Amino acid sequence: MDPYELIVIGAGPAGITAAVYAARKKMGLLVISTDVGGQAAWSGDVENYTGYQFITGPDLAAKFEEHMKKYDIRMKEGEAVVGLKKDGGIVNVRTAKGEYAARTVIVASGKRSRELGVPGEKEFKNKGLTYCATCDGPIFSGKDVAVIGGGNSALDAAIQMANIANKVYIINNTPELGGEEIVRGKLENNPKVEILNNNRVTQILGDGTVSGIKVSAGERERTIPVKGIFVEIGLLPNSDFAKELERNELGEIKVNCRNETNVPGIFAAGDVTDVPEKQIIIAAGEGAKACLSAFKYLSQH
Amino acid sequence: MKSVKIYSTPTCPYCIRAKQFLKENNVVFEDINVAADQAKSDEMVKISGQMGVPVFDIEGKIIVGFDKEAVKQELGI
Repeated sequence: MDPYELIVIGAGPAGITAAVYAARKKMGLLVISTDVGGQAAWSGDVENYTGYQFITGPDLAAKFEEHMKKYDIRMKEGEAVVGLKKDGGIVNVRTAKGEYAARTVIVASGKRSRELGVPGEKEFKNKGLTYCATCDGPIFSGKDVAVIGGGNSALDAAIQMANIANKVYIINNTPELGGEEIVRGKLENNPKVEILNNNRVTQILGDGTVSGIKVSAGERERTIPVKGIFVEIGLLPNSDFAKELERNELGEIKVNCRNETNVPGIFAAGDVTDVPEKQIIIAAGEGAKACLSAFKYLSQH
Repeated sequence: MKSVKIYSTPTCPYCIRAKQFLKENNVVFEDINVAADQAKSDEMVKISGQMGVPVFDIEGKIIVGFDKEAVKQELGI
């Protein structure tokens, strides 16, 4: 089979925008993605996407999807890319289900939640341990819970849980909480909230479902009984398959202002890249730029 | 049409997307808000063996998370 002109990996704001631009330019296009909407689909309220004074993440993601599906775009949904290799003038994209070839590729695979990497984490995922406090928080109303992390999303989760849980422990491995001061103040003054700075999580405990968490502060280790654990320790770029591409110390794919990577014909856009800000509107704009760069590349090669 | 129940919370983006998807496909469903009903929350944990939303109950077939392909297959859409 002839190679595609363009394969877009990912269907968040960057990937979808790239796909819309490609469809309008009538490029031979394939979109491969595990999901549609990306992180935008699990964002809360969005109030800074121009044209929408207020829209929820899921609604904005639905608008993106609707826009993309207006065009007849070939799509492989539910497929994760595991390999990316340029050979001659062709880029081969490998997933668990198949192999696809294209003359250009845009990597827009975004970011995922960072995991703790401690014993019990995998076993108790969705059995009391969750990476989406917004989703599963209400299930733990009236219970004792722990929020892991000290940044903005951890603080937001703690505020949300302080309203409905019996007790909220914040386990933070730095000397002080980060995040916004106003939010921090609210938590510090809330009698339901106990902040454990300089504490690391060492194990998730349970029997069928979560029953507690082991934390250590230097030499001292203790077990805190909780029913729910919310992990909010940041994000990791989905760039593991892009081994040929230059990445920074965070694993983000390095791009220049034309969204070119170090491999000619392979472009990248959005949160998976080292673009300075991670915002829905920026990812969308980067996706558009990457597509136009790929289009130009095709006309020159 | 099969009877469809979805256990959800009002704030969960995946639940919102899942319900949008059902509506787009003209699927009639019962929306169970586990945030407001502790007994239903316990019921969801019992039938699905886990504590994450959304959970689909399509005539006894339990699907955890918004697994679009699995839901499509079960509903024949």
